[in-house]
Amino acid sequence: MNGKAGTAIRLADCAKTFPNGTRALERTSLEMRGGETVVFLGPSGCGKTTLLRVIAGLESPDPGGRVYFDDEDVTNLPIERRNVGMVFQSYALFPNMNVADNIAYGLKVHGVAPDKRARRVDEMLEMMQIGELRERRITELSGGQRQRVALARAIAVQPRVLLLDEPLTALDALLRERLRIEIDVLLHSLGITAAYVTHDQGEAMAIGDRVAVINKGAIVQTGTPREIYYKPASSFVADFIGTMNRVDGTLRDGSLELPGGRIFWGQEGSGAMQVLFRPNDARIVPEAGAPLRGVVEQVFFLGDRTRLHVTGVADRAVVVETTEHGEFQVGQAIGLRIEPGALLRLRD
Amino acid sequence: MRRTPYFYLQLAFTLLVCSFLLVPVFMSIIAGLTENFFVGVKSGLTLRWIGVVWELYAPTIFRSMYIALATLAVTLVIGVPAAYVLAKRPGMMTRLVEEFLVLPVAIPGLAIALALIITYGGFRDFRTSWGFILVGHVLYTLPFMVRSVLAVLSSFNFQVLEESAASLGAGFWRRFFGIVLPNARSGIVAGALTVVTLSIGEFNLTWMMHTPETMTLPVGLADSYASMRLEIGSAYTLVFFVMIIPLLVALQRYGVQRTGTRKAA
Amino acid sequence: MRGRENRNLLLMVAPAIIVGAAFFLLPLARLAVVGATGKLGLAAYTAVVTNPQYFEALASTIVLSVTVTVATLVIAGITGVFLERNHFFGREALISMLTLPLAFPGVVVGFMVIMLAGRTGLIGELTTYFGAGRLVFAYSIAGLFTGYIYFSIPRVILTIMAAAEKLDPALEEAAKSLGANPWRVIVDVILPALKPALIASGAVCFATSMGAFGTAFTLATDIKVLPIVIYTEFTLLANIALAAALSMVLGVITWATLAACRVAAGSTAAAAG
Ligand SMILES: Nc1ncnc2c1ncn2[C@@H]1O[C@H](COP(=O)(O)OP(=O)(O)OP(=O)(O)O)[C@@H](O)[C@H]1O
Ligand SMILES: [Mg+2]
Repeated sequence: MNGKAGTAIRLADCAKTFPNGTRALERTSLEMRGGETVVFLGPSGCGKTTLLRVIAGLESPDPGGRVYFDDEDVTNLPIERRNVGMVFQSYALFPNMNVADNIAYGLKVHGVAPDKRARRVDEMLEMMQIGELRERRITELSGGQRQRVALARAIAVQPRVLLLDEPLTALDALLRERLRIEIDVLLHSLGITAAYVTHDQGEAMAIGDRVAVINKGAIVQTGTPREIYYKPASSFVADFIGTMNRVDGTLRDGSLELPGGRIFWGQEGSGAMQVLFRPNDARIVPEAGAPLRGVVEQVFFLGDRTRLHVTGVADRAVVVETTEHGEFQVGQAIGLRIEPGALLRLRD
Repeated sequence: MRRTPYFYLQLAFTLLVCSFLLVPVFMSIIAGLTENFFVGVKSGLTLRWIGVVWELYAPTIFRSMYIALATLAVTLVIGVPAAYVLAKRPGMMTRLVEEFLVLPVAIPGLAIALALIITYGGFRDFRTSWGFILVGHVLYTLPFMVRSVLAVLSSFNFQVLEESAASLGAGFWRRFFGIVLPNARSGIVAGALTVVTLSIGEFNLTWMMHTPETMTLPVGLADSYASMRLEIGSAYTLVFFVMIIPLLVALQRYGVQRTGTRKAA
Repeated sequence: MRGRENRNLLLMVAPAIIVGAAFFLLPLARLAVVGATGKLGLAAYTAVVTNPQYFEALASTIVLSVTVTVATLVIAGITGVFLERNHFFGREALISMLTLPLAFPGVVVGFMVIMLAGRTGLIGELTTYFGAGRLVFAYSIAGLFTGYIYFSIPRVILTIMAAAEKLDPALEEAAKSLGANPWRVIVDVILPALKPALIASGAVCFATSMGAFGTAFTLATDIKVLPIVIYTEFTLLANIALAAALSMVLGVITWATLAACRVAAGSTAAAAG
C-alpha cells in the first residue's frame, strides 16, 4: 500500500484477442492523467469490461501491448500486486463475511495491524454513511448498501487507481442518481485516478472529467463531456450520445438551404451535404421573419422541458427541445433559429 | 384450501409407499430387541442380541468407522481441489470428466472390485490391508464429493469473488482457502455426509475385496444374515441403523442433497 | 500471470487424475485384457450371448431392471409430484421417511425384503391370519423385484420432486382454463415437463438395478442375475477370465444406457443419483 493517489495510467498498443478468437479490443493506446476520472462509454459488448480488465491485470494484453502505472511497467504484474481497487456491477462482496470484515479484507491481506485496521474500517463506514451496517451480513443489505460497501472495500486499501465496472447499473433510477453524485464527489475529494465503465451516456456526462467512447473494441473519440456532446467526431458518437438531428441541405454563398428556409452558416464551399444539430440548439422564434419555418407534428411534455417533432423544416421531421413554459399545439406553425456554431458537419 | 378426492387418494398411496419402506425397518428393530422373534414381543424384550453382536462383530463397526473417516479425508483432499479446477476451467476436458462422474453408477461395483483385485491382488501386503478397501471406497465416493462441490461452485459466481479478492491483494492460495472454500462450505459438508454415509454402507466392492482381517460392517451383516439367527442379524442391522440414520437425517437437514441433485439435473 | 495460475490448477487436479488413472483406468484396462485371455480367449466376450446359461442370466437381469424402472417411475412419480405440490401437516416428516432408506446397502435391503416377505415375514403372517395360507415370496424373482424398487424409490422421488418444483403452475392453470380435464393436464402438461427428470432418474434406476449385488446375495434367490453369476464364476469356480469378461459386458451395457439417456435428456442429468 503506498497511499499515493493520482497515479497516471498509460496503455500502449494494448489489444485483446480471446482464445476463442473473439477480438474484444483493437490496438489501443490511452493516457489517463493522475487524479482524473475517465469514463469508458459504449454499447453492450463493445469491449469496455475487457479494457478495464486489461488495466486491472485480470487479462493480459496481446503480445506487444504494455500497461504502465506512472513510469512502472506493470504488464506482467498480476492483479494482486498492482494495488488497484475494483468495484463490480454485481458488487462481488464476500458472502462469508460481514460488512466490516469485507471492508477489512484488503487491509488484512496487506498485513495492516488489527487496531489500525479497525480504525480504517470505521473511517470508511463513516465516509460511506453506513456505520449502522457494520455487523450486518451481506445478504441482509439492499442493492444500494451493497454498492456502498463495495466502494468502501475498494477504497480502504488506498489503491493507486479505482476501476468501476457499471457500478450503478443494477440499481433503480433514483438511487442511481444519488449514488452517482456521491461517487463523483468522492472521486474528486480523494484525488484518485479512476476508470469508470458505463453504457449510460447521462452517467458518463455527469461523472467523467473525460469520456472515451468505444465502439467495436476501439476508442473512437476521447474528450471532455462537452466536446463529446457538441463536437462528436463521427456519426457513431453523435448518435450514441443523446439525440442528434441529421438533415440534408445545400450550402450556397455561406448559407445553408433547407426545405423550410435558409440560415446563415458562414462556411466556405458549396454543394449538398448532411448537417447535424442537437435538439436544444434549435431556438423557437415567432414564425413571422423566422429563418426556418415548420409545423408541429407531435408534442411531448417531459416535465423540465418540452420536446417537439417539427415537419417542413427539413427533408424529415426534426426534434426540437425547449424549456419555455408556453403550450404548443399539434399543427401549429412555428419558426426556428439555429446559431451557426451549433451546426455540425461530419467527415464520415 | 379445499381438498379434492384426488388429494386423499394420492395421500393414501403415499402413505402406503411410506409404510412399504418403513415397516420392515421397524420390524427388524423390534426383532433385534426381542427374546424370540418367532414367538413375538410377548417373549420379552432384551439387549442380549446386541451384546452378542458386540462380541462377534465389534471390530467391523470400528473398522467401518475409520475407513469412512479415511475415505472422507482422502476425498476432501483430492476431490475438493479437483472440483474447484473443474469449475474454474470448464472447457477443459469437460466431456471426459462428466463421463468419469457417472462411472460409479455405470460400472457395477463388482466389476471395479474385480479389476482392482486382478491388477493389485499380487501385492500381498496391500491386498490384505485396509488400505485396499480404502482405495475401493475412495473410487466409489470421490465422484459424489466432486459433484456436490461442483454444484455449489456453479451456483454462484465465485470467479468474480476471486477477482475482487485478487484486486485487494490476495494471492492464489489465500483466495482458495479464504474465499472459495468458505463459500463452498455447504457443498463440501453435503459431499462429506454423502461420502461417509456411502462408505459406511458400501457392500458390493467391499464384499469382493475384503479379507477376514478387513471385514467391514455391511460385510459382517451379510455374514450374520447367512449364518446367524434372525435376532442377531436384526440386532446387527439395528447397530447399523444407529450409525447411519443420524447421517441421513443430517443430510436431509442440510437440504443440500436435494438442491445438489437439482443443480446436477 | 495466467501461467502461474495454470500451474497451480494443474497441481490441484493432479491427485484426482493420478488416483483415477492408477486405480480406475488401469485396472479397467487390465480387466478387459484378462477377460480375453482365459481358455475361451476372445470368445469369453460372446459367451454371454452364445452360452444359454449366461444369456438367460443377462436376459432376466435386463427384464428385471426394466420392470423395476417402470414400476419405480410410476410409484415415485405419483408420490413425488404429490409431495411437491401439496402442502399439509406432516409433509416434511413424510419426505424424510420416504428418503430415509436412501443409503441402505443392498444387503440390508435384502434383509428388509425378508422381514416383509420371508418365512417369518409380515406378509406371510397376514395371509396366514386371513386364512389364505403363508405367502412367502422373498426368495423368488418377486422378492428381488420388491428389493430393487425398495432401494430405487427414495432416490427417484428426490429427482422427481426437484423437477416438479420447477413446474410452472401457470401452465397448468392455462390448460385448465382451456377446459382440459385432470387426465389431459397430466398427459399434456405435467409429463412433458417431467420428462428429463424421468429419463434421468429412470436411467440411474436401471443402471443401479443392473449392477445390484447385495440384495440378490442376501436373498440367495434361485433366479440367477448377472452380478451373482459373475460372483459365482469368480469366487466359487475361480473362472477369473470369464468373470472379467462378463463384468466388462455388464459395465458396457449399463454405461451405454446411461450415456444414451444422457443424450436423450440433453444434459448431465443422468449423473444425478
Ligand atoms: N472470456 C472471454 N472469452 C471470449 N470472448 C469474450 C470473453 N470476455 C468477453 N468476450 C467477448 O468480448 C467482447 C467484449 O466483451 P466485454 O465484456 O468487454 O463487453 P462490454 O463492453 O463490457 O459489454 P457489456 O456492456 O455488455 O458489459 C464481447 O463480444 C464478448 O462476447
Ligand atoms: Mg461489461
